[in-house]
This record gives sequence, structure tokens and C-alpha cells, in this order.
Amino acid sequence: MNLTLYVWRQSGPDEPGRLEQYEAWEITPDMSFLEMLDVVNEGLIKSGKEPIAFDHDCREGICGMCSQVINGVPHGPQKKTTVCQLHMRHFKDGDTLYIEPWRSRAFPVIKDLIVDRSALDRIIQAGGYISVHTGGVPDADAVLIPKADADTAMDAAECIGCGACVAACPNGSAMLFTAAKVAHLATLPQGRVEAARRVCVMTEAMLKEGFGSCSNHYECQAVCPKGISVQFIAKLNREFIKASFKKAGSY
Amino acid sequence: MILDGKCPSGPLSEAWDNHRRQMKLVSPANKRKYKIIVVGTGLAGASAAASLGELGYNVEAFCYQDSPRRAHSIAAQGGINAAKNYPNDGDSIFRLFHDTIKGGDFRAREANVYRLAMVSNAIIDQCVAQGVPFARDYAGYLENRSFGGAQVSRTFFARGQTGQQLLLGAYAALSRQVKAGSVKLHPRMEMLDLVVVDGQAKGITARDLVTGRIYSHAADAVCLCTGGYANVFYLSTNAMGSNVTAAYRAYKKGAFFANPCYTQIHPTCIPVTGDHQSKLTLMSESLRNDGRVWVPKIRGDNRAPHEIPEEERDYYLERKYPGFGNLAPRDIASRAAKEVCDEGRGVGVSGRGVCLDFSGAIGRLGEETIRGRYGNLFDMYEKITNENAYRQPMRIYPAPHYAMGGLWVDYNLQSTVPGLFVLGEANFSDHGANRLGASALMQGLADGYFIIPSTIADYLGRTEPGRVSTGNEAFIRSVEECETSIRRLLAIGGKKTVNEFHRELGSIMWEHVGMARSKEGLTKALSLIPALRTEFWENVRIPGGEAGLNQELEKAGRVADFLEFGELLARDALHRNESCGGHFRVDFQTPEGEALRDDANFCYVAAWEFRGAEKQPELHKEELDFENVRLCERCYK
Repeated sequence: MNLTLYVWRQSGPDEPGRLEQYEAWEITPDMSFLEMLDVVNEGLIKSGKEPIAFDHDCREGICGMCSQVINGVPHGPQKKTTVCQLHMRHFKDGDTLYIEPWRSRAFPVIKDLIVDRSALDRIIQAGGYISVHTGGVPDADAVLIPKADADTAMDAAECIGCGACVAACPNGSAMLFTAAKVAHLATLPQGRVEAARRVCVMTEAMLKEGFGSCSNHYECQAVCPKGISVQFIAKLNREFIKASFKKAGSY
Repeated sequence: MILDGKCPSGPLSEAWDNHRRQMKLVSPANKRKYKIIVVGTGLAGASAAASLGELGYNVEAFCYQDSPRRAHSIAAQGGINAAKNYPNDGDSIFRLFHDTIKGGDFRAREANVYRLAMVSNAIIDQCVAQGVPFARDYAGYLENRSFGGAQVSRTFFARGQTGQQLLLGAYAALSRQVKAGSVKLHPRMEMLDLVVVDGQAKGITARDLVTGRIYSHAADAVCLCTGGYANVFYLSTNAMGSNVTAAYRAYKKGAFFANPCYTQIHPTCIPVTGDHQSKLTLMSESLRNDGRVWVPKIRGDNRAPHEIPEEERDYYLERKYPGFGNLAPRDIASRAAKEVCDEGRGVGVSGRGVCLDFSGAIGRLGEETIRGRYGNLFDMYEKITNENAYRQPMRIYPAPHYAMGGLWVDYNLQSTVPGLFVLGEANFSDHGANRLGASALMQGLADGYFIIPSTIADYLGRTEPGRVSTGNEAFIRSVEECETSIRRLLAIGGKKTVNEFHRELGSIMWEHVGMARSKEGLTKALSLIPALRTEFWENVRIPGGEAGLNQELEKAGRVADFLEFGELLARDALHRNESCGGHFRVDFQTPEGEALRDDANFCYVAAWEFRGAEKQPELHKEELDFENVRLCERCYK
């Protein structure tokens, strides 16, 4: 099949960007979306043009590196699917596609479709961990964890940190990302000890990075390739309110 | 040169403790004076950087991805082994050690493997303490499953995303050290060279992938945790960016490369659909716990699988290996799949595929149970193939997956260049000629959390900190060399893209240096690869310049190294006149078509020394002694 693409091209963070038109010819349904872009890029290189820069790595939907808005939807039209796992059979011959980078104040564009998501790393660095040293820990079965809790923690921990939630949110909020980590750790007994402190410092870091707040649009959940539930945002809010009742400075 | 593995003497079970007792320590006040560079942030790199930072060393961690959390360890699905024996099914440290030695076809060091089995339990404890949400039963205890050819249930798992959860645990520990100020992160930075001063590793040269600038980084020791080289085959289950560059450039600076021919072809991947294919996707081999592998009995049978009656199916793994059946180790299962497809009995349009059938398990346990166990894998399969594996068998085919070979290291994980340590998949040490399922995660974390923190101190304790700065001429020369090489690449202005060269290299490697190797094929590869390399340096086309982000330039540097490394791999495969594990030579097989080892002549580690661009590398041997397990035929019947 043949498609028309409008792709965001921007040579650097401070340069103006624009949508440029490309034709993608002889695309087969078995190709992944990124393989379709590979084909376009090979053509561009051969004709002496600069290929489209885009982030990608594992191409199996788990590293979280790929990040494209397709026709206005982060990761494109298929539910619970990263761009790299989206296949061309979900498009028709003659389709026109608009391909853009993640759009958010906290994610400055580096080049074309590549953005800087280090703000998400800094939220984790603020406190998205259990402060345990290597070695000297109890046996893995010393603290039992109810299966339901372990499963809930896993549901939250599946976040791949791609940032689609931010790109989809009208407020550019990273609440789903932050909530997923807060909920994952707060649901486990090992993570409870620091739960109050963690939710406060992570929320603070999130706001400092320029992410907005949640106003219940649920766009994040709709585009999340791992289907992380907005219920975790409720959990984040509960944890935050609980923490605020603790004496100031006690966390 | 005599290669000394520096394995401690005495009984295996006490060796590691005795060794640790004898090693030097660095006092807490002095640790911060030592700078350690860690390259790569997968399980080995992230756990090493976190643990070394915690101890108080001054750590700088590098990765080419935009975040340390994206390293390809994240994609490991199945699980991580440990000798906890929670299920009471007869497991022990010795049994895990024995299985790993045997699984590696008796081509790994006993002392290293025993230590790996010993620390395996501590890894699980550590991960649980970090908040890794392993699967648990209704009483709240950890669950185990049998995995990849093990007869005990020793594999811990977090749904089909164990690697992700373990890496996020290590990434969290790393992030904590970043916050504490003991680790400095350098994402989107690629190591281009190792800097050696007076015979000791003193730093690296790295390119900032965003600005294109090349920087020198000096340190007192360097840890390479840069993963494996399966992308030398072009199509593999590795991430697109996975490469051999850091390891290969260290090899060119004096680190020996050990057993490059030991590559693992994983039996359960989604088959290739066409020339556009950019990578192959693994389906966790845990699927083989409930799926049965078969092909039609007659060749060219192109009926749909469900139309082929039971008596016309050949469940070839169950037939040939009744003891292990569908759980036969990876190398054996892969070769068997190739064999039946070579006979013309493969399924799918390309004929390069076998059925992995869940109908029996669904009938016995119900679809819900199967969904609970493998739901995410079935979903992924459907996304890629548009087929529903609850209704029809999956089609699978082997694909390059893991590199057992890697830079040679001694028991302390130190390479032949003092001060250069190599961890995880990037080293050669623990898996011999074949890696068992769920052992890679174990090794990466063992090296990073528990081995390197002890062994690096022994080296640093004998080294004066901060002795070399980036003003040293070795750094300046290294930067110049890297810049020259980049400018040379950009100046070629040829006609073919980097991908075209990589694809051609891949097809040479897959055809002649893949699952079934022969003297003729390998000799042919050894003439084809240099010719392709020559063409690459004359005819590759790289758009853009050296400044700024240039993904084609990044790829070109990696492919240039693969074009040299592929030759080393083929040379090693040609020299090893035996079959063992992932290295199968058709000219060395038993009458039944099984691997024929030659312990009298090849029971050694082959470590190759770089002798110059146009010269042949020199082979050094480290003899392997087996005192605790008996060398025997690796039989899974």
C-alpha cells in the first residue's frame, strides 16, 4: 500500500519546526510502523536527504524509547500498543498520516521526533525507590505479601516510562507516570516505610519539572501502552493527603 | 601468554569466601577518591554502578539510550534462577552449579559457575527488598516455575516481564545514588574507545550523541557492562542499538576476546515475514512448559495446522528427547527446528517455522489458565502476526539471541588489561558454550551487585587514585583517532546505506556462521566478510555531519565494528574443530546428529589477542579443569 506522511522536522531544540510531506510506497501489512519509517528513511538517504530522526530501541514494546504522535494520538490508533508494535495492517492504502513528537513543555524537542524525557528520570531520582543497600537484606520470603497486593504492585510497575501519558494530557501532566511508581512501592510492605516521604518528594519533583496537574481527562490511561489505570492517580492523591497529615518534617 | 583465571584453590564451596577474605579493601575515607566508569546500564551496569556508588566510590555511568532504564535487559521475559529450593524439589547450590556447567557443555570455569550459583539466592532477597513484584501464591509466598530445560522449579518471575522488573529495581537503586551524588549519569553517550595508560585502563573516549562532541573521561578503573553482540547477525532479538563497539574497541586496546563463536540461537521467536524485517521478537520459552512443538510428518504439507490430524504430526522434540521433551535446552531445540525445516516440513509461507501448539493445554487447563500464564505473550504474538494463538498454533523459528562469548575475564572479572573489568553478557565467563534459560539475569545481577564490589577493591587498593588526567597524551590521541575515523566515514559518500551493509553481513553470518557451521562455510565467510568490509569503506553513504544528532553515523560506527568482529567470530568457529553448545559444526556430530565434543583437544577457553588491523589475531588458551563434575556427553534423552 502507499501512504502520505506529514512528519515533524526540526533540526534542533531552538530551531523552528515544520511538517514535511513524504510518500511511503510499497508498504506491506506485516511491517511495523517503524519498519515503514525505515523504508522511508532508506529512500531519503538514497536521494541525498536527511533521514527522519526518531527514538526507538527494543522494538518489542518494553523499553519505552519509541515516542510518536500519530494522527494526534500518542503511540497511534491501536490500544495498549507502542509505536514499535503497531503494524501497518491497521492502516489502509491511501491513508494520510501526521507524525509528530511528544508535545509537552517538560519534553523539549532534540531533533525531529526525538524529545528529551530526562525529567521523568529526575522524578524517579527524587525518591522513586526503596532505600535499601546491597546485601544484608532478609530472606525473600521473610515478609509475606498477599497475592492481591503483589498483583496490584505489578500492575503499576509495568509502566515503561515512555511518557505517552504526558503527551496525551491537555495539562502535560506526569501524574500517571508518578502515580504508577508511588503506587507500586506503596502497595508493598517493603515500600511502606518511606511511602509518605516518597509521595511528597516525587510530587514536588514532578511540579518542579514543569508538568501540569491532573484534572481527570483520563487521556493518559487511554493511550498508555501498558494500560496503567488512572486508579493509581487516586492512590497517589490518597497517599499524598495521608502524608500531609503527618507532622511537617516527620517524613 | 599463559592465561591465569586466578581461581582460588581449595574446596569449591569455600572458594569465594576465602578469596574475599584475602582481597584488599579500600578504606571508607579513601573510596571517594577513586573514580570508576561504568559503561552500560543494563542489569550488570545499573547494579554495579548502584552498588559501587553506595560503597562511596565516585561513579560515572554511561549509556547510549536516553535513560538507563531502557537498556535491553528490560526485554528479558522468562525469569531468574536461584537455588532457593522453596518448592522442596531437590534443588541446591550444587545442582544449579552442575546444571549450568552441563548446560554450557563443559566449557565454563567451575569456580566462576559455583560462585554464581552461591550468590543466586542473595539476588532474589535483594530484589524483593527493592520492591520487585515477583509472582506470589495465595499464601503470599514466592512462586517458582520450571524453565528452559531444568528439572527443578527454580525460576522466579514477574509475569512475562521479569527483566523489566529487575532492571527497574536496579535502575531505582541507581537513581538513589544519583540523588545521593555518588553516581553521575551520562545518557545518550556512546563509548568509542578505551584509554590505556602504561598498560592500565584509565578511562574512555565517548561521543555525546546529541551534540556530536567527543569527550575524554579519566578514571581509576573501567567496567564494561555493554551486553552482547547478537546483532552481528543483523536480525536478532536484541535491541536495534545493541552493539559490540565498546567490547571490540577494548579488544583492539589489548583485552582478549574469548569464545566469540559461542552464540545462542533461541528456539522460540516469531518467524521472519520479509526483507523489511528489522528485528526478531522472542516469545518466552516458558511457553514450552505448556506448548507442544510439532511439524507435519510429510514434507510440503500446506494444510492449515488444525486440519492436520494428530497421527500426521511429528512432535519431534518429544520423539527425540523423551526425557526433556519440549523443554530440551535452547541449542538442541533450535537445531532440531532447523533440521525439520531443512527437510521441507516447516510451516508458514516461508517454510521456516514450526508449530507451538497450546490446544492440549487449553483443553486440559482451560483457556483462562493459559491466559493467566501467558496472556501478554499471546497478545504480543497477535499484534505482530495477526493470529490468535488460542485458536491456532503459534509459528516459531530460532533467532540469534545471546552471546555466551565476550571479553576474557579472570575470577575477579578483570580483563587482560588491568583496571578493565567486564560484567554481564559482555564477558565470557559463566555460560560456557550455551546458556540455560533464566541464567542471564542471574549472572548480570551477580556480577553487578555481589562480585564487582569486592573484586574491584582488590585492584583499586593497589592503585594510586587520580593518577592520570584527560590531559594525558593517550587521551588526546584517542580523541584524534575517533574523530579521524568519523570524518573518514562521512567522507565516503557512497551509494549504499548502512542498513544494506548490515543486512548483507547478517545474511553471511546467518548462512555460514549460524546454527550449522562447516569448514567450507566458515572459510567462505572468512573471504566474504573482508570483501564486504572493503566495500563498506568505499561505498557507504552517511548523510549529515559530525556535529549534532546523526543516527546514521551512530549505526555506521557500530556496523564498521561488526564487519571486523564477524570475521573474528568466524575464525574462532573455524578453529574449534568440535561441536559444543551453541557452536555446532556439521563436520563434528554423532551418528544421531548430536553435538560431538572433543575434550581431549578443545577443553579450553579460546582467547584472541588483537595483533593489528591487517594481521591475524593470536590465539591464547586457558585450559579448563573439571574436578567437581565429570565430563560426560550432554545427553537430554
